[in-house]
Amino acid sequence: MKYAFSFLAVIALILIAWLGSQIPGMPYLFGIALPYLAMMIFLGGFVYRVVQWGKSPVPFSIQTTCGQGKSLDFIKHDRLEAPDTTAEVVARMFLEIVTFRSLFRNTKSELHDGPKITYESSKWLWLFAIIFHYSFLMVVIRHMRLFLDPVPFWIAWLEFGDGLFQVGAPTWYMTDIGLLAGCVLLFSRRLITRHVRFISLVNDYFPLVLIFAIAVTGILMRYFLRTEIDIVNIKQLAVGLVTFSPVIGTEIGAIFYIHLFLVCVLLAYFPFSKLMHFAGVFMSPTRNMKNNTRAVRHVNPWNPKIIPHSYGGYEDEFREFMVDSGIPVEKELPPKKDEEKDEE
Amino acid sequence: MYNKRFIIPGLVIFVLFVTFPLWFNAFSTASPVPKPELPPGGEKECVAPASEMRDRHMVLLNEWRDGVLRDGERDVITVGGKQYRKGLQMACMQCHTSKEKFCDTCHDYTSVKPFCWDCHLTPEEAALKKETH
Ligand code: HEC
Ligand code: HEC
Ligand code: HEC
Ligand code: HEM
Repeated sequence: MKYAFSFLAVIALILIAWLGSQIPGMPYLFGIALPYLAMMIFLGGFVYRVVQWGKSPVPFSIQTTCGQGKSLDFIKHDRLEAPDTTAEVVARMFLEIVTFRSLFRNTKSELHDGPKITYESSKWLWLFAIIFHYSFLMVVIRHMRLFLDPVPFWIAWLEFGDGLFQVGAPTWYMTDIGLLAGCVLLFSRRLITRHVRFISLVNDYFPLVLIFAIAVTGILMRYFLRTEIDIVNIKQLAVGLVTFSPVIGTEIGAIFYIHLFLVCVLLAYFPFSKLMHFAGVFMSPTRNMKNNTRAVRHVNPWNPKIIPHSYGGYEDEFREFMVDSGIPVEKELPPKKDEEKDEE
Repeated sequence: MYNKRFIIPGLVIFVLFVTFPLWFNAFSTASPVPKPELPPGGEKECVAPASEMRDRHMVLLNEWRDGVLRDGERDVITVGGKQYRKGLQMACMQCHTSKEKFCDTCHDYTSVKPFCWDCHLTPEEAALKKETH
């Protein structure tokens, strides 16, 4: 039901943009007002979430230790799995962010005849995630040709590499297939793996369906439904948006507004969804802290400020009372002057 | 906020990245809106209405190529009473006699680099070939 709801929601969004953009005047809403609004929600929400995270204290040193920590010289230190210096942490973070190293582990336990239990790394999640994320990145960078004027030369290189197979005209891009396949594979994983399905929520399915719909509408627009899709005209609108002088020249087909509206929904939804793992991966204490608790004390920042009070200080403060009630003290009271006089 | 010295620069970099098109366009000179040169031969019509050509000329070219080369449809196209043979050099470039002043104006603007000219000859190249033979 949860995934069915995601599809229904995306279909509703498509209908809104499709029918809405047909009403005279509404292209300005879908083509200009909503993109600006969505971008503001995206940036504002993103910064807000990150600041909110930055304000949360980390009470313990909670890095995930996956190997031998730094110890005596003759014990081999696993530098990536238990980083001890900032450089090692940076290396670990870099590999995590660029190659999704932790997904490569994804251990899966299986029960075989015997009964015998085996633990094995299941690489599928890693493979699907790599396909999906890199395709997405490439598609977004290539889209910059619609926003940048003049188009920087290196974007043409990416376009050339991506369209290397030179299939059809306009040429098919590998990353278009990759993005679609990535969405389908990650979605199927949630449906097919029983325990993942059990813990999946609407907000796990919805982003996948939404991005899938964005990719499908983009592909339909580029290769199949080319009526009223004049890229020169669309680029004038896109460049207008980023130079704050947007114009809608000739009429643009509904498929473009559907594509753009879904992107706006994605942008506005982003800061409040699990997609914030984009910032989260940088801010995870389990990855970005050093594994050096034996050498450096981690102080919980929310600890109340307690000034150390040694026994010596305690006795100094209460010596008189202690002596009065006959409690033994380490240092006796200094002899009193008037008492000495009395004795004489 | 904790770890300000990492989080604030990180956020600044992020915002600069997302707003990159703003800076880029603000500091570069906009190229003029492409004005493809109309056929100098004085033809008035294209193989399809102009708006349709703007939207889907690449799809049409692809259909033509597959038709000619795979199904042997070496047809004759009649536009405005004149006959052309179905093809890139034999039809399009007969009227649009300059690749540079026509096709490239739009393509440069939108960063499109059709690889067709790896093999097909532009009218200039074709003229040069004729001279040398
Ligand atoms: C690898 C070289 C090569 C490339 C690249 C190439 N073509 Fe061709 N093309 C040919 C050859 C060879 C023919 C066959 C000519 C014939 O048999 O009449 C042809 C024929 C055609 C024809 C049909 C008849 C004609 O002579 O025009 C069309 C249309 C066509 N190509 C379009 C394109 C388009 C559009 C592109 C770019 C997307 C392209 N071609 C890229 C080699 C190429
Ligand atoms: C008979 C001559 C002729 C042939 C052949 C021809 N065109 Fe055209 N084309 C024209 C004319 C004339 C126009 C301008 C039409 C107008 O503005 O109404 C035009 C317009 C266009 C436009 C739109 C330009 C604009 O600024 O709106 C494109 C794109 C185009 N042609 C591409 C092609 C391609 C690709 C081919 C080959 C499949 C081709 N033409 C074949 C004469 C021709
Ligand atoms: C009105 C502007 C305009 C004119 C004139 C024009 N094109 Fe294009 N052409 C485009 C745009 C925009 C695209 C990119 C479409 C896209 O990315 O979806 C394109 C794409 C193409 C492609 C597909 C490129 C790819 O990625 O494989 C081919 C082939 C092509 N044009 C051929 C021609 C030829 C040949 C001419 C000259 C006869 C021509 N075009 C004139 C705007 C134009
Ligand atoms: C999350 C962001 C986006 C994603 C994932 C996305 C995805 C896609 C995909 C997969 C395609 C197919 C062709 C290609 O890969 O180039 C496409 C095409 C297209 N997209 Fe997007 N898109 C996004 C944002 C936008 C935005 C903001 C615009 C607004 C201008 C836009 C306008 C277009 C246009 C005009 C095409 C057709 C391009 C062509 O014909 O070459 N997209 N999109």
